[in-house]
Amino acid sequence: MTDAIVAKGLKVHFQTAAGLVRAVDGVDLTVAQGAFHGIVGESGCGKTTLARALIGLQSATEGQVQILGRDRSDWARSDRKGFARAVQFIFQDPLGSMSRRQTVGQTLEEPLQIHSVGDAKARRARVAELLDLVALPATVLDRLPRSLSGGQRQRVSIARALALSPQVLICDEPLSALDVSVRAQIVNLFARLQAQLGLTIVIVAHDLAIVREVCSAVTVMYLGRVAEEGVAKALFADPAHPYSQALLSAVPSPDPRIEATRPRILLAGDPPSPRNPPPGCRFSTRCPVVEPRCRETEPALRAVQHGGAAACHLADANIHAMI
Amino acid sequence: MSRHSQNGPIYEVEGLVIDLYTPTVSVRAVDGAGFYVAPGETLAIVGESGSGKTVMTLGPLGLLPEGVAVDLRGTARADGKDILSMSPTDLSRLRGGFFGVIFQDPMSALNPMLKIGPQLAEQARRFAGLSAEEAKKEAVSLLARSGIPDPEDRYDRYPHELSGGMLQRAMIALALAARPRVLIADEPTTALDATVQAQILALIRQIQKEDGIAVILITHDIGAVSVLADRVAVLYAGQVAEEGSAIDVLTAPVHPYTRGLLASVPDFRSNNATGTKEIPGIPPNQAQLEPGCRFADRCELVQPQCRTHRPPLVKVGAGPVPHRVACPVVMAAEGIVTHD
Repeated sequence: MTDAIVAKGLKVHFQTAAGLVRAVDGVDLTVAQGAFHGIVGESGCGKTTLARALIGLQSATEGQVQILGRDRSDWARSDRKGFARAVQFIFQDPLGSMSRRQTVGQTLEEPLQIHSVGDAKARRARVAELLDLVALPATVLDRLPRSLSGGQRQRVSIARALALSPQVLICDEPLSALDVSVRAQIVNLFARLQAQLGLTIVIVAHDLAIVREVCSAVTVMYLGRVAEEGVAKALFADPAHPYSQALLSAVPSPDPRIEATRPRILLAGDPPSPRNPPPGCRFSTRCPVVEPRCRETEPALRAVQHGGAAACHLADANIHAMI
Repeated sequence: MSRHSQNGPIYEVEGLVIDLYTPTVSVRAVDGAGFYVAPGETLAIVGESGSGKTVMTLGPLGLLPEGVAVDLRGTARADGKDILSMSPTDLSRLRGGFFGVIFQDPMSALNPMLKIGPQLAEQARRFAGLSAEEAKKEAVSLLARSGIPDPEDRYDRYPHELSGGMLQRAMIALALAARPRVLIADEPTTALDATVQAQILALIRQIQKEDGIAVILITHDIGAVSVLADRVAVLYAGQVAEEGSAIDVLTAPVHPYTRGLLASVPDFRSNNATGTKEIPGIPPNQAQLEPGCRFADRCELVQPQCRTHRPPLVKVGAGPVPHRVACPVVMAAEGIVTHD
């Protein structure tokens, strides 16, 4: 089976007044076909820029992206519509990605019109099918995005992304603007659609508990690089990179009895600026087990016990004893 | 100071009703809700957006959204004094000195045009009654205490020169400058990254322990509640659905909404994947409220009387911290005895 997405040596640098920002700075990423792949990390780690670069919303400074076995930029250039049918993007803020003057019905029908799918009757049937798929009542068809709740809006943007039956869906923080109980609805919707339609989904998220719950694979980013990657449940059960360990340790349990006794890894300070990443390992300035070599040589990704890979000189069995 | 203080409440709100009016719509944001917090205790007020949690906590202090007309009824006492009948001047002093507030966005509390240190010193001078020189020292020590490295240097920095986590700490220092007795933290970690969130929660807990002050945490983040709270009040559509000790409410919830809310939060530390359950539907439109239980439309256990009669908060269990639930249906179904 070919991989759905393969990115190699991807770099996205921005020239700003304050200097060069290395938002994504040499990322290799492989997303298997049919995977539900989570990209996690804190602000400034480059996860959103990476997601945008994968689909070409952001042009890459260096590196290549293949989607469904084809070079992404060639594909998008030579067959814009075919590419759009195969690969869709979902934004964090659904309101910002929809026309405020279009009703839900118009919003959902527009991609079908642009791609000349069926006649008016067939399109209306497809719109009804889409509403059904995302569990929205037909009564929303004539409403404007503003009059919908946050969860309903996100359902509309998911339905629109699904209109042309894409194979790959890339989603930038589609959950973070939603309330807890609604977030669970949308997560379950993604999981159901993925199983039902055999989609490949890449989801940028900062809610680790949800990623662990629904994702099959996960990539942990730190300051423009991949810190660790692997099968989601295996990585979360046994993180090898000290940053992943701290990130996971920061997630509280909803059970106060566990929180009262659980040892935590508290990192000092904020992540450094991607304008000026430290030499050597990018995590060395905050790492609780840093060694002199970490400040000199940047560690490459290497295989670790959970079956994935981590970019840490110390990433092996000993590290757990040290923290 | 012990965590479960025997002292009476230091801030107490009862039977609060808050109606908000804009030119086109009127909304009952808080509908007969209340809470109390004692010195040395952390109360978490939990609810989703629009549940009224912020308005209920800050409304009695006169901190309300701008541009809306407000009708506020009920009782609110701070240190035994009725604050709803206070003059604006007295209320303003109380807000500055007795209460310290941390917001989600540090820039809503800090003046971007002024250096950080002098803002803290001014607060300490005005409300804690320090001289200019003492206030400056106090400001530096507050920055240090809030975990800001190199506080003398940061004293002379402008807000934009600090990172997000550091700004959050500077705002906490600002809230502490007047030596408040009640610290209100309104979604203090929502905008922060996971590792920085953990730092800020640890800081609030440390301050609370050291100073023995009362803390009110307003949040939708169950994790933050689990880390910080002694007691929890769960708010739904302007009414308290359930309240009690954090352990009772988070590990043995009774109200169907609390149960649904907790089931929708996956437990990261549990080994068996619990799955993410969802509550169907959305909260009611508070501009057109029906009588009866606010949760009725989304509730699996709904009975005809739920739509006509508002369920009272009644005490369940006989633990030292009162556990109250507003759902007679679940109590009858599960044979839960009231202790009122």
